[in-house]
Amino acid sequence: MNPVLEFLTRRRGRKKLNFSDFLSYAYLLLGVLIMFGPIVWLILSSFKTPIEIARFPPRIFPYRQQTIELEGFDDPLQLFKVTFDDGSTRELAQVRRVGIEAQMIDPDMPDEIIRVNIAEREPIEEIHIGLSNYIEGVRGFNFGTYLWNSTFVTITATLLTLLVNSMAAFALAKYKFPGQQTIFMTMIATLMVPLSVVLVPIFLVITRVGWNNNFLGIIVPVAATPTGVFLLRQYMLTIPNELMDAARIDGASEWRIYAQIILPLAKPALAVLAIFSVMWRWNDFLWPLIVMSRPEYFTLQVGLAAFQGEFSVDWNLILAMTVLSILPITVVFAILQRYITTGIATTGLK
Amino acid sequence: MSKNSHNKLFQTIFGSIAHGVISFVDLFLGSIQKLIGIKGVPYLFVLPNLLIFGLFILYPMLLNFVYAFTGGSAFFPDNRPYVGTRNFERLFACENFLVPNSCTEDLFWRAVQNTVVYVIAQVTILVLFALITALILNRKIKWRGFFRSVFFYPCLLSPIVVGLIWQWILQDKGLLNGILIGLGMSRMPFLTAATWARFWVIMVSVWASMGFYTLILLAGLQSIPSDLYEAASIDGASNWKAFSNITMPLLMPTMTVVIVLSLIRAVQVFEIIFAFTGGGPGTATMYLVQFIYNYGFTSPNKQFGVAAAASLLMAAVLIVLTLAQMAARREEVY
Repeated sequence: MNPVLEFLTRRRGRKKLNFSDFLSYAYLLLGVLIMFGPIVWLILSSFKTPIEIARFPPRIFPYRQQTIELEGFDDPLQLFKVTFDDGSTRELAQVRRVGIEAQMIDPDMPDEIIRVNIAEREPIEEIHIGLSNYIEGVRGFNFGTYLWNSTFVTITATLLTLLVNSMAAFALAKYKFPGQQTIFMTMIATLMVPLSVVLVPIFLVITRVGWNNNFLGIIVPVAATPTGVFLLRQYMLTIPNELMDAARIDGASEWRIYAQIILPLAKPALAVLAIFSVMWRWNDFLWPLIVMSRPEYFTLQVGLAAFQGEFSVDWNLILAMTVLSILPITVVFAILQRYITTGIATTGLK
Repeated sequence: MSKNSHNKLFQTIFGSIAHGVISFVDLFLGSIQKLIGIKGVPYLFVLPNLLIFGLFILYPMLLNFVYAFTGGSAFFPDNRPYVGTRNFERLFACENFLVPNSCTEDLFWRAVQNTVVYVIAQVTILVLFALITALILNRKIKWRGFFRSVFFYPCLLSPIVVGLIWQWILQDKGLLNGILIGLGMSRMPFLTAATWARFWVIMVSVWASMGFYTLILLAGLQSIPSDLYEAASIDGASNWKAFSNITMPLLMPTMTVVIVLSLIRAVQVFEIIFAFTGGGPGTATMYLVQFIYNYGFTSPNKQFGVAAAASLLMAAVLIVLTLAQMAARREEVY
């Protein structure tokens, strides 16, 4: 039998480590390299100086030339390793360069100027994690504004999504009323018809409502997610009706039943929807791109795309800003990864 | 104060605020309930959702028809003259559908061709890798949670970030070309040659979404009762036999969901491309949604009618796929 098939068709539940286990780990490690490698490369690159960024072939780590501060010179001097004709080498600091000749001094004897052909010197370098890309990028990028906009939109849109969807799900799961089936089926039918196919009319609606360059324009329209209603309704169906009847006898209004009985019991489903909503809203691009045209309303994603258009040569800044933009969601994922991965596995939506 | 009592204090404060809000809303909604009776309550609860849904999802969908059957460059429907099916005729004005240059809207047919090739290749590769990864993760593996998270992590990244990262790696002076040079080979035009760009668009979108489908398939695999395998091994079935007679048939409903979901998303590919290749080189990686976006939003004389007609055609394809998805889900549930 084909060993590859044999390997793939193996299942859990054996004890010894054998060849197919070895292949599994090799595949998974390769997977880690391919999945994480680009991120690591992004992070390493974001610390590089513009000179290092432009260097080809690139080096893995961000290097920087060592410098030394000497009395009598305003700026730090660059350090080089100089090889002399007799084969000896010395570490010298460069004072200035004229054509192919460099004027250098020994840091221990700063009075004597040594003239060196530039072909005979090599920069002394060290690995350096410098934040200058980040500082410069934040200055030209309005990172603070975009971060605030994204955070604000993500949080308010998620809260609104949870409220609006759970109310609708409650009505659809716990009551029988004329039109119920129609409402539910219409929502399900539009479950998969994406924003992208109604770009023009949706832009018209936003314009008519007057929500261009208004946060309401990217918070409200996305709040009524059919997926959210579906997910919550399925969960609420499993909550027994007897609890509601008991509360009604005690004189509770339907709103109290929703807010104080159903919502607390639906916490797991609400948590899953909250996680999805945060992921959706944080990464939204097309919708904010259409609604927002003024930079002060840009979210991180739109800002990043605009930044790329504007500074398409300054990769060092773009990379630093990209790292900053993935930082918050990465931290959230690191903390909640178990819930996120099992949540997706059990509900099968994104 | 200890951490515990901090938490308690926080809970008390938070709890009483929530309680206050609920009671306050209750004053309002409770009196409405008295007014409309308990039969009207469910309508009250679906109302906010229905308003948003109707205004921002349903209404635009209907408006799309208005755009598709009217012409001119006016943005507001009132100023657009009715043109019947002319926008559709324009899209279908072709001497030979396989040669985009023979069509009036050559860009549309180029986009259709690109999309068809992309969808078939991307979904095949995506499902294949997701299945292999899920099968391996379903074995007795150490650090399964870690590996699962690693494969899922790229799904968290925004399409813009994915596009930027890979553009950085694949550009002319990027990491991959550096590795090629290091191995003694020559540089490749990864983003500037049409075939390479198409290839990388597929690979990058697989990279960015594979983890999601892996998770769904893994959940499907783990829901297969293990006593089935025990019975099979008592009967002396080989691993391959167990796979083809137990795993595959029982995984089929999940597979169908995965295939249809990935098809639906592949047809709509846009955002990753926007940041990654921008549709280039030339029109090599321009797909349908980008065609619609360009016609509606970026071209100098905006052809909303043609864009809307194209999006209706796309919606038709998506609805067929959605119905397939619902049928598959039903199969999965029962």
